[in-house]
Amino acid sequence: MFGKLSLSSIPWDNTLIMSAVSGMLLLGLVILALITYYQKWTYLWKEWLTSVDHKRIGVMYIVLALVMLLRGFSDAILMRMQQSVAAGTSHGFLVPGHFDQIFSAHGTIMIIFMAMPFLVGLMNIAVPQQIGARDVAFPFLNSVSFWLTAAAAALVMVSLGVGEFSKAGWSGYSPLTERQFSPGTGVDYWIWSIQIAGIGSLLTGINFFVTILKLRAPGMHLMRMPIFVWTTLFTNVLMILAFPVLTVALALLTFDRYLDMHFFTSTLGGNPMMYVNLFWIWGHPEVYIVILPAFGVFSEVVATFSGKPLFGYRSLVYATAAITVLSFSVWLHHFFTMGAGANVNAAFGIATMLIAIPTGVKIFNWLFTMYRGRVRFTSPMYWMIGFLTTFTIGGMTGVLLAVPPADFVLHNSLFLVAHFHNMLIPGSLFGFFAGYTYWFPKVTGFMLDEKWGKRAFWCWLIGFYLAFMPLYVLGFMGMPRRMEHYSNLAWQPYLIVAAIGTSVILLGIIFQITQLVVSIRRRHDTRDLSGDPWDGRTLEWSISSPPPAYNFAIIPVVHGIDAFEDMKERGIAYQQPHSYHDITMPRNTGKGLIIGGLAFVFGFSMIWYIWWLAIFSALGMLFTVIARSMDDDVEYVIPAAEVERIENERYQKLLSIAGNLHADRLVRGG
Amino acid sequence: MTDQAALIDELPAGQMEHPDPIAIKAFGFWIYLMSDLVLFAALFATFAVMNHSYAGGPSGSDLFHLPEVYAETLFLLVSSATYGLVMLAVHNDRKDLVLIWLAVTFLLGLGFVFLEVREFHAMIMDGNGPWRSGFLSAFFTLVGTHGTHVTFGLIWMLVMMVQVLTKGLTTSVQSRLLCLSMFWHFLDIVWIGVFTIVYLMGVA
Amino acid sequence: MSHESIDSTGMSRGTGKSYTTGFILSLVLTTIPFALVMRGMLSHQATLIAIFSAAIIQILVHLYFFLHMDTSSRARWNVMAMLFTVLILFLIVGGTIWIIYNLNYRMM
Repeated sequence: MFGKLSLSSIPWDNTLIMSAVSGMLLLGLVILALITYYQKWTYLWKEWLTSVDHKRIGVMYIVLALVMLLRGFSDAILMRMQQSVAAGTSHGFLVPGHFDQIFSAHGTIMIIFMAMPFLVGLMNIAVPQQIGARDVAFPFLNSVSFWLTAAAAALVMVSLGVGEFSKAGWSGYSPLTERQFSPGTGVDYWIWSIQIAGIGSLLTGINFFVTILKLRAPGMHLMRMPIFVWTTLFTNVLMILAFPVLTVALALLTFDRYLDMHFFTSTLGGNPMMYVNLFWIWGHPEVYIVILPAFGVFSEVVATFSGKPLFGYRSLVYATAAITVLSFSVWLHHFFTMGAGANVNAAFGIATMLIAIPTGVKIFNWLFTMYRGRVRFTSPMYWMIGFLTTFTIGGMTGVLLAVPPADFVLHNSLFLVAHFHNMLIPGSLFGFFAGYTYWFPKVTGFMLDEKWGKRAFWCWLIGFYLAFMPLYVLGFMGMPRRMEHYSNLAWQPYLIVAAIGTSVILLGIIFQITQLVVSIRRRHDTRDLSGDPWDGRTLEWSISSPPPAYNFAIIPVVHGIDAFEDMKERGIAYQQPHSYHDITMPRNTGKGLIIGGLAFVFGFSMIWYIWWLAIFSALGMLFTVIARSMDDDVEYVIPAAEVERIENERYQKLLSIAGNLHADRLVRGG
Repeated sequence: MTDQAALIDELPAGQMEHPDPIAIKAFGFWIYLMSDLVLFAALFATFAVMNHSYAGGPSGSDLFHLPEVYAETLFLLVSSATYGLVMLAVHNDRKDLVLIWLAVTFLLGLGFVFLEVREFHAMIMDGNGPWRSGFLSAFFTLVGTHGTHVTFGLIWMLVMMVQVLTKGLTTSVQSRLLCLSMFWHFLDIVWIGVFTIVYLMGVA
Repeated sequence: MSHESIDSTGMSRGTGKSYTTGFILSLVLTTIPFALVMRGMLSHQATLIAIFSAAIIQILVHLYFFLHMDTSSRARWNVMAMLFTVLILFLIVGGTIWIIYNLNYRMM
């Protein structure tokens, strides 16, 4: 009836886990109680959970990402604490089995459940507005994508309290992940959460690819799009082409585990190396999926806060295109040491070095954008400069690792760990934080506190250097990754410094939470009345903060790059149109949430071998999709009079701060 | 205010506000098919590296019966042609012909699935299931994934028959029939790869 | 041959003639490879070349006659998306075969 599930599946004897679970359950109950107390369930259901509005879905993605950042970071704290003490005769406070789950969860969460939702959230919020569209091409699919991702994240969270997580790392190499060597539920939690989230990502890729190619405002030729839209487009290409390979890799592993097949087993014709090959065919494009949107954010930020057009727009586009194609030609560098011959290793090594070149082009483009600009050092710009300097270091270590003989020494050492965190944190994460800060006023209508933002930045930057520079040294000293205990006492001082770095980052996170609380409390003083708090250059700044559901009352016509800056220079940034018309928008629906919920049940029942429930939930998802297709009432009309009323309110606000609307540039609201 | 207003570029209300919905859905579905192409390519690549991993068990020439595969192939090919007739009927606004040709295509597709299930069943009963060797795992997965896609296409066809009956040839129904036609032809293209690489190469 | 027609949505579509032509070509391109293998009429090498060529041609027949992939502006983005996907497929499948054969030779 319940498959393998029983009360003994809960790790009662592990105090650390049980406290974490109790803490989370308590927090969850408090949140539910607060929602009930303030009678917000109807509001939550109507305005958020059933929303197909890209702006709302984007916010939900980012909330998910931030929550999972806390969870993934807790794993990081535990690992750093453990490694700083578990030297020689001391064995720390974590047993190997638990430590292994922690590093596996950390990687899985940070990549799949923090970075992906964060970047997809930013894409959701910004892209339709930047291209002058009302919504994405497939709003319902957008909702489904989000809820699938949330369902998968829920599976990971549940694994803490019911069963266990994988101990085989975030990459899950066979034959360790085969049932023979990992008979528990851990690997299955890992498989199903990534598989379900992967479907969500694939659907998002398709959605935004079509949106960008088909829904741009008239006059917005491809070479007039904001760079963030270009990077989103290329990211989507990577998502569409790479995720199916991950789906296959995980599915074949699933068949091995569930149906006794022999794809990656060590006997009866299996080939474990094929798993590694398939995983990294996805895995390498994945890291570019995670970095390109950050590059896009930085492009927007540097242009806006240097008060100049982005330098070398064309070369940025071509560089990103080159990265997209090349990212499918380098994947073997993740397994130089698996035993391929010199020709194979050399070919992929050279390709890896080549792919550093277009990124280098971008660095120079951003630098030249700042050169002779009137640079404003806002907190997004802080993240930008922290990125430019620190990411470049990480890039150089990447070129070093691209040399196969060097990689033979450094593969799977802490040098590698330092390298990829050097790309992911100052690269992706700083970019996401910059985007979060930059678009926060557009989403909420008020500003994030700059002071706390800058304090948080310094903690993240200093903390990052303290936490990861020692790891480069440790890599050269020969320390492998994923060690729960070690006997070489010479390594310990470095690991203590790294642990200190982690606490500085923790302070940074606390400052970011403080920033949010302070900003919400002071929101009436920092209102963005004009919709353009940064003197921005792209179309999202031409509408109110927050925008109305339909974004643009009249779809703008675009004449060049930096469409809004162009309108400002021509003096037509704030002209009110003479008439409005009815606007058709997609209706909200709960079916996305239902599909996500059923996906969670499906994943959970497959993990615990509850076959009847798996069939039931799978059929449920199918029926929900069919029911949706039978539904013809999927749109509603906003009458012209209502549009006019909303727009008039906006122009009143503009008049109240500008006096007249002939100004080409309005003073920042609040 | 009027002269400033003249500076705004405005298109007449409604123009360019509703890009062709069928074209957008069809393009989106095409892009999904591209991702599906990659999925099948990964399965083909897996088959290619495992197609001699017999583990002491049978090989393709031991197991495959080409006459039956030829029959399956014809079922699917004819069904592709009959789906073309579905689309012609859609454009001629002939609801009755749409239903008839959908039903014919469905039956042909069902025939394909039936023959394939029969083949799998026979192999499994002989002890040559996917657990027997790497080669057989790859075979069952590649061919089975294609068959699963075909089955989903059949379910989709049933739903479409209901929708054509109850709603008629509305814009939504037309766009779904168009997407299904792309899906169905795509599956026939994948099958060309399957019968060539798996069956014909396996026996030759 | 004018198999092209435009419908109300501007999408490429076929005519009865184009579907028939496509079907007959596909039938021929299917039967020949099966016959070659089942009758063993050519050498192993020649058979392989023949069946692969027939497969590729038949795929192109399907793409042109059934999926209306041509050089018209309507189909342009679809063709480009497909060509790019095929490029990536060559990298992935070709790369995999090269890598795994190399690994198998050295490691298994």
